[in-house]
Amino acid sequence: MEKSKTQTGPTKLESAMGWLDKRFPATETFEYHMSKYYAPKNFNFWYYFGFLAMFVLVNQLVTGVWLTMNYVPSGDGAFASVEYIMRDVEYGWLLRYLHSTGASFFFIVIYLHMYRALRYGSYRGPRELLWLIGMAIFIALMAEGFFGYLLPWGNMSYWGAQVIVSLFGAIPFIGPELMEWIRGDFLMSDTTLNRFFALHVVALPLVLCILIFVHLVALHHVGSNNPDGIEIKKNKDADGIPLDGIPFHPYYTVHDIHAMVVFLFIFCGVVFFAPEMGGYFLEAPNFDMADPLKTPDHIAPVWYYTPFYAMLRAATYPLFGMSAKFWGFVVMAGAIVIPAVLPWLDRSPVKSMRYKGVWSRMMLSLFVISFFILGYLGTQAPSKLGTIMAQICTTIYFSYFILMPWYTRVEKTKPEPERVTG
Amino acid sequence: MKKFLLVVLILLPLTGWSASTNNWPMEEFDGDLENLPSLQSGFQLYTNYCLGCHTLQFQRYERTADDLGIPHDIALENLVFTGQKIGSLITNAMPKQESKGWFGAAPPDLTLVTRVRSPEWVYNYLKTFYADADRPMGANNKVYPNVGMPNVLLDLQGIQRQVCSEGNCDQLVLDPGTGKMSAEEFDAAIYDLTNFLYYTGEPTRLQRQRTGIYVLLFLVFLGCFTYLLNREYWKDIDGH
Amino acid sequence: MSDGDVAIVSAKDDNKDATSGGVNRDRRYFLIQATSAVAAVGVLGAAWPFVKYWTPSAKARAAGAPVKIDFSKLVPGEMLSPIVAWRGKPIFVVWRDNQAIESLKSDTSDLADPDSLNPDQQPEFAVNAWRSVKPEIGVYLGICTHLGCSPKYVLTDNFEASGQGGFFCPCHGSKFDLAGRVVKGVPAPDNLQVPPYRFVSDTVIVIGEEGTA
Repeated sequence: MEKSKTQTGPTKLESAMGWLDKRFPATETFEYHMSKYYAPKNFNFWYYFGFLAMFVLVNQLVTGVWLTMNYVPSGDGAFASVEYIMRDVEYGWLLRYLHSTGASFFFIVIYLHMYRALRYGSYRGPRELLWLIGMAIFIALMAEGFFGYLLPWGNMSYWGAQVIVSLFGAIPFIGPELMEWIRGDFLMSDTTLNRFFALHVVALPLVLCILIFVHLVALHHVGSNNPDGIEIKKNKDADGIPLDGIPFHPYYTVHDIHAMVVFLFIFCGVVFFAPEMGGYFLEAPNFDMADPLKTPDHIAPVWYYTPFYAMLRAATYPLFGMSAKFWGFVVMAGAIVIPAVLPWLDRSPVKSMRYKGVWSRMMLSLFVISFFILGYLGTQAPSKLGTIMAQICTTIYFSYFILMPWYTRVEKTKPEPERVTG
Repeated sequence: MKKFLLVVLILLPLTGWSASTNNWPMEEFDGDLENLPSLQSGFQLYTNYCLGCHTLQFQRYERTADDLGIPHDIALENLVFTGQKIGSLITNAMPKQESKGWFGAAPPDLTLVTRVRSPEWVYNYLKTFYADADRPMGANNKVYPNVGMPNVLLDLQGIQRQVCSEGNCDQLVLDPGTGKMSAEEFDAAIYDLTNFLYYTGEPTRLQRQRTGIYVLLFLVFLGCFTYLLNREYWKDIDGH
Repeated sequence: MSDGDVAIVSAKDDNKDATSGGVNRDRRYFLIQATSAVAAVGVLGAAWPFVKYWTPSAKARAAGAPVKIDFSKLVPGEMLSPIVAWRGKPIFVVWRDNQAIESLKSDTSDLADPDSLNPDQQPEFAVNAWRSVKPEIGVYLGICTHLGCSPKYVLTDNFEASGQGGFFCPCHGSKFDLAGRVVKGVPAPDNLQVPPYRFVSDTVIVIGEEGTA
């Protein structure tokens, strides 16, 4: 492809593109989102996870469609159809492990992606809406994971879903009726499985795809944040191109492709050598078929919900005439949605943790540590010490948010640089 | 912070829950799916002693025979008792409802028992039946106390009794000469049987691991190229 | 190599020579090609399980395993009923009387492929006038080669000239003789398929296995 010959009219490809561009904004779209989308040149490790999340999404969609081809959404058939896929269908085991491992990795990647936003203040203006859309994606993803987890119709699926659905029973007045409405029955049954299947396979993937599309549109409109938390659009050259920006394509395409290969190495390591991940990605009781008369000895949700589950269990006191169960529900729901108001809680003059003060750094560290501890506690059987720990960590979790307007204002920040630093 | 995250992510899997809840000192079990004679003997033991009550309803004879290196005609002759075809699932003729009446619960399917309970649990369970006149079936178990199943391997192992001293009953003693097998032979037989069930839990395990090695090697190879490509382009950027 | 005042050089826009602006275009070009080639292999490899996934599963293969057909109750001139299925498809077993066998040899002028020249329609052993192992026993896949309907067995008068029976497809009017050979001028292009089969005994055949017994 030595193209350094003399220019002799458009090549075949160029004229084909010309034909297309007259009818569809192909080149325009590519330039807007890729080759002329200027991203800050100082992206670091934490900026891989948005792309990786997209990659995992594609994995989930493709393997999910293929699994659906052999899955039977019925109480009698579901468990057996999963084992059928694992044994009788060619490479069914691989597609199933790709999907089950992908679910866990989706959350790993999303949690890291969200942590990046906390670390560098990506939720701050002008990216508030971007953050809110992201929160909607997170909640949709949790729902997607929850519905999907019931589908293997293992005993853990069954009782895990039973516990989560029972949470809605804590809502005053309408609780019990709401539970029946969600299940479509008086217990988790065929009917419940069928509606969860429809939501998992059709409705929520559609919602997720639309939300992610909107997330990207919003991102490319406001431009990416960066580890320095400063706006690269403030310093532009004569052509209006940010001085600290580089075209996403090819620079971040090659970057992300390499990251994807590294990610795939870890991902495939799990898929091929530890798909159960010590009982965290696929739990042992789930190899037993759902039995409405026998709860597993120790029941806990999948690891990616356990921080929130631990907070649910941390509420042990009735308050204001409402039961502890109700407050548990409130605490858990609150913990999930409270990050949405972050853009309005953070009053710091700077965005990035690099220039924030000691309070912000300490609170973020405590927040992350408590999140991990909560995640661990959520996998364990309840104990006295565990409950106290969970209560402390829940307090820290919420303090991070609730005290933010205060500590981001009082702390001494470092001055932001004018231009991005390495 | 980064290091902390990594440490937690690495340690997390090590704390996974264990399947058993009693105090019996478990013997280790180390499965070997490449040991075909062991798997074959385990399959034979299973069809002779277990299949009458416990199905392997997700597993087919054909696949099992192929994976275990047993020719189809030999498998059909020696292992398929129920007149089923080679492509059939490994099931039995026991009626589920009636068996519930006989044993209090229908004998569970065992295809996935090693994944539900762990191979180690199965191995120890099968070895720790002992005579207990107080139980309806005359037998009790150390790993699964008050189990509802009779000791079907009694004639192979012989009579095992529990010996208690100072309230501690952590000892099982065999009445010598009561079983067809010596203690060592019986241990080996139980190993084979457990190994076979370890296989049925995930018949694709070996294929998975073998494929995995090629996939990872390929990814390393591809990674070299993507690394070089990335480095080549980033030469353009100041400060890199 | 990276020093220099050029902050951004897009290799595509720059077509002066191989190393302009500190960019080694040959190396870049080579790396793109090599990475793409290796990645393409990876994509193909990743696609393989998804393709394989669609092939008949162990369950389908078990269901499609060879079937034994005992036709000891069949009488000359009739077709075995009820029809047995192999891989979900109807198998026609007919016992032709002597008159019919003679007719198969002589009345071939109306047939599109009287000598069974299309090798896809029968195993080697059935390339003969009656398209079967034994002249009196015909074994055919009861699926019309036109659009997949199942033809009817017609005892007599499928052919006006000979008065012989055969197979008649009600969907689009295709006609076949008693050896499953298609008549000229009907929509079906080929003779009925002969499945692989072998005789276990005089009155028992196994469909799906070939060989002599």
